[in-house]
Amino acid sequence: MDLSAINPAALLASLMVAATPILLAAIGEMVVEKSGVLNLGVEGMMITGAVTGFAVAVETQSPFFGFVAAAAASAVLSLVFGFLTLKLLSNQVATGLALTLFGLGLSALIGQAYAEQRPPSTARLDLGFLSDLPFFGRVLFSHDPIVYLSLALLVAVWAFLKFARLGLVLRAVGENHDAAHALGYKVVRIRMIAIAFGGACAGLGGAHLSLVRVAQWTDGMTAGAGWIALAIVVFASWKAQRVLLGAYLFGGISVLQLNLQVAGIPVPVEYLSMSPYIITILVLVLISRSSTAAPASLGKPFFATS
Amino acid sequence: MIRLEKRPVPSKLWTYLTPIAAVVATMVAGGILFAFLGKDPVEVIRIIFWDPLFHPDFSAYSRPQLLVKAGPLILIAIGLSLGFRAGIWNIGAEGQYIIGAICGAAVGLAFYPMDAWFIFPLMIIAGAIGGLLWAMIPALLKTRFGTNEILVSLMLVYVASNQLASVSQGLLRNPDGMGFPGSRNFQQYPAAYNAELIAGTGMHWGVLTAFLAVIAAYILLNRHILGFQIRLTGESPRAARFSGVRPKLLILFCMGVSGAAAGLAGIFEVSGPSGQINISFNAGYGFTAIIVAFLGRLHPVGILLAGLLLALTYIGGELAQLMLGLPAAAIQVFQGMLLFFLLAMDVFTNYRIRIGSPEAA
Repeated sequence: MDLSAINPAALLASLMVAATPILLAAIGEMVVEKSGVLNLGVEGMMITGAVTGFAVAVETQSPFFGFVAAAAASAVLSLVFGFLTLKLLSNQVATGLALTLFGLGLSALIGQAYAEQRPPSTARLDLGFLSDLPFFGRVLFSHDPIVYLSLALLVAVWAFLKFARLGLVLRAVGENHDAAHALGYKVVRIRMIAIAFGGACAGLGGAHLSLVRVAQWTDGMTAGAGWIALAIVVFASWKAQRVLLGAYLFGGISVLQLNLQVAGIPVPVEYLSMSPYIITILVLVLISRSSTAAPASLGKPFFATS
Repeated sequence: MIRLEKRPVPSKLWTYLTPIAAVVATMVAGGILFAFLGKDPVEVIRIIFWDPLFHPDFSAYSRPQLLVKAGPLILIAIGLSLGFRAGIWNIGAEGQYIIGAICGAAVGLAFYPMDAWFIFPLMIIAGAIGGLLWAMIPALLKTRFGTNEILVSLMLVYVASNQLASVSQGLLRNPDGMGFPGSRNFQQYPAAYNAELIAGTGMHWGVLTAFLAVIAAYILLNRHILGFQIRLTGESPRAARFSGVRPKLLILFCMGVSGAAAGLAGIFEVSGPSGQINISFNAGYGFTAIIVAFLGRLHPVGILLAGLLLALTYIGGELAQLMLGLPAAAIQVFQGMLLFFLLAMDVFTNYRIRIGSPEAA
C-alpha cells in the first residue's frame, strides 16, 4: 500500500470533475421537485444525454455540439414524461421508472456503433494567471467549461428560486397546486418547463460523464449516478447550497475510493466500488429525521376540475 | 376542445383493453424503430412474437425457454405487485434476486460433494431468506427512519452486484476452475441441481413456484383481510389507517414477500438454467419484472400472462439477433416502450375523453 502516491491537488481537482455530472443532474431534479413533480427518470435521461453527447461530438468533432445535443435530447425525452404525467395523468413513480428503463435501452442501442471510439477532447478553460497559481490553479482553475457552467447554473437556480417572481410562482405550484391554479397560474405549463429544464441538466451531466470524466462510451456507464442525484436532492432538503455540498461530497467519495484502489489498500476492489452506494444509504438515514422540507404537492397528480 | 372527465370508478372495459392496446401500439412503434435500423418490420415482429412458438425449426428449442424465462419474471412480479398496490415501491428486486442466488448457492456448495435429499430444499430456503433479509434493509430503514425505500432498494442493487463480483472471484469460486471466475456448475451436482420436472418443457421447480405464487396472491388479495388492507392502503391511505391497518407492518410484509420471491427466483435460476454463480448471471429480470407487474395490472392472472409475453420478447429478441443481427438492446427499448404506452393509455381507464366545452352542471 502506498498512500503517498495520492496527490492531494490532483485528488481535489478530479473531485470537482467527478462531482459535476451529479451536480448538474441534481440541480435539474431539484427544480423539477420544487415544482411538485417527482421524476425518477434521471438515470435514463442522464444516460441518454451521455450517448447523444458522445455520438454527436464524435460525428461533428465538436464537444460543444455534443453538449448542446445532449441537453436537447434529454429535454425531449423528459417531455415524454411530462406529457404522460401532466396531460395523461399517469402515475409519476411508474412513469419515471419507465423513462429510466427506456433510456437505458435506447442508449445501449445508439451507443453500439460508438463503443470503440474516442471523443474529441474538451478544451480546458484558460483562466490566465489563475490557472498558474500553485495548488489552487490545479484544483480550482484548470477545468473544462462545463464544471464552471454547473457552478454558475447552481447560483442562478438559487437566485431564481429565492428572488425571482417566477421562482416564487414555481415554488407555489409545488407547494399547493390547487391554490396556485385558483390564483390563475398555469400549473401544467410551469411544470412542463421545469421538467424540460431538469431533462436538459441531466443530459448535460450525462454528456460530461461520457465526454470528459470517462471519455468513452460503455453500456450503462452512468452506473446509478442519476439515482445518487435523486438522493442528493433529498439529502439537500431541496436547498441549492446543500445540493452543492452533497454533490461534492459524493464526488469526493468516488474519487477517493478509485485512488485507494490504485494505491492498493488491502480492501477488495468490490467493497471499495460499493462504498459510494452504501454511503448514500447512510446519509439518507442520517438526514431522514429532519427532512420535512419536501414540497407539499410533490408526486401528487394535478387534475384541474374547472 | 378535448378535455378529461374523471370517472367515478375506473372503467372495467379499459382495464382489460389497455394492455392489449399497449402491446399493439408497441408493435407499431417498434416496427418503425426496426425499419429505421434497416430491418423489415413485419418480419421482425413475426420473428419476435410468432416464430419462437410456431417456427418448424426453432420452436422445439424456444417453447421450453418460454417457461424458463417467464418463471422468474412472474415470481418476482407477483411479489412486487403486492407492494405496488399499497404504494410501497420496492424497485431493487434485482439486488434481492442476486443475494438470494448467492445465499442459496453458498448453502449448496457448502455440502459439495455430499449427496442427500435435503440439500436442494435447504438451498431454496436459504435463497428465500437471503432475498427477504436484503429487502428488509430498505423496509426497516423506512419504518424506523422514514428513509425513501425507492432510493435505498435501488442503491442496494449496486451493492449486491459488487458482492456478486466479489464472491464469484473469491468465496464461491470453483476450486477446480483453473482460476476462472464463477462457482461450480450445479448441473454437475445432482443433489443441488434444479432439473426439469418434465423433460423438454422447461418446467422446473421455479416455474412451479411461480404458478403457486399466482394462486397464493389471488387468494390473498381476494379472500384474505391482509389483501383487503393492501388494496385499501393503495386506494386511500387515510381510510386504511382508520380501519385499523398498521402501515409499518404492511411495509415490512410487502417488502419481505417481494424480497423472498425475488430471492427464490434467483436461487431457482442459478441452480437450474444458469447453473453457476457468475459475475453476470443476472439478466435484469428484477427490472423487467416491474414492467410485467404493471402490464399485468398488478393482478395475479394478468401478471401470469404479462410474464409469458415478456418472456416471449426475450426469446424472440434472441432469435432476431441470431437471424437478422438485430441489436440486443433493441428489445430493451421495445420493453421500455411497452411500459410507456401502457401508462399513457391508462388515461382511458381513469378518465372519460370529452370533446367540446363543459356542459352546464
